[in-house]
Amino acid sequence: MADATVTHGTATHGLSGEFEAPLFGAYSKKVGMWLFLASDSLTFGALLFAFSYNRISNPAWPTPFGKESIANATIMTACLLSSSLTMVLAVFAAQRGDKAWTRNWLLGTMFFGTAFAVLHGMEWTKLIGEGMTPFGNPWAATVPQFGGTFFTLTGMHMLHVTIGVIYLGVIAFRKWFLPALAVLWIGGYFLIPADNVFHYGIHVLGIGLIVSAVILFLKPKDYDAHDVEVAGLYWHFVDLVWMFIFPLVYLMSTKI
Amino acid sequence: MHDVAAHEDHKITYFWVWGGLLVLTAAEVILAYRQVFQPVVMLEVLLVLSIIKSALIIGYFMHLKFETAIMRWMLMLSVVACFIIMYFFFFPDAGRILRLGVK
Repeated sequence: MADATVTHGTATHGLSGEFEAPLFGAYSKKVGMWLFLASDSLTFGALLFAFSYNRISNPAWPTPFGKESIANATIMTACLLSSSLTMVLAVFAAQRGDKAWTRNWLLGTMFFGTAFAVLHGMEWTKLIGEGMTPFGNPWAATVPQFGGTFFTLTGMHMLHVTIGVIYLGVIAFRKWFLPALAVLWIGGYFLIPADNVFHYGIHVLGIGLIVSAVILFLKPKDYDAHDVEVAGLYWHFVDLVWMFIFPLVYLMSTKI
Repeated sequence: MHDVAAHEDHKITYFWVWGGLLVLTAAEVILAYRQVFQPVVMLEVLLVLSIIKSALIIGYFMHLKFETAIMRWMLMLSVVACFIIMYFFFFPDAGRILRLGVK
């Protein structure tokens, strides 16, 4: 939504010279998020290029992903695509000032995002159980970089999904999201078995809790339609990155 | 900001985009599972499909299609230029290894 005028408080100024129109025709928060996403896309771009390079240059690349893994990853993809749709609906609800539906659609987006993370966690647990580590894999001893590239790429993406769910939770529920996050963190730590990698990985939620609490303490505010739209940009980017990871990592290593 | 009627029109478009993305995903899964192409050709085909999907997400879900021309061009040109540079760093070397048949 390109806003040609700059809004200050409740007044809208479109007069030439009084408030100069921004270069990109959009409010600064949105431009800032776009610039962050452009830089983040280069991080993922480098990881994806490195993965593809290794995939092409290694004829003995392992193909461990059978029917079950591909079905799981396809459901994960559908979850992320559906979460993008609910995010768009949240932005529309915010723009028409419907706070209840904004919250409902954001909650739907968080649900799909959480489902993605849980399914991905199960996939990781299965692969680790089969002997895959960041330094090797049980399927091709001559291609140790399979584990390293897989865990780096998917781990980086899962971190983004987790941050995204926390971000949406803060936008939707503000300070009331913090107790829920604390319960998930502490509960997850005690419920996940100690030999599972996510027993320690769940501490990402603890870091998210501290960062969210500091942000909400320093700048307590009622998030508006612009904030929802900017959060949506971040969320769609997470979806966008998966559109490359899914075919490159999973479909290029399919076991027939 | 648009009015409510325009939003309702838009909403249908977004459902179509979502459906299109799901169909493209299904096409990718079928192509890969039947191993229709050799790995290098398969990588290229899957990348083309992924670029189409990402264009739909950026254009519609991220609303870039509706932003000002300068914002669209500045963002896309800078990011694509960086990816082209990365491509020329990585892939000629990967192809060389294949041609030389390094074990």
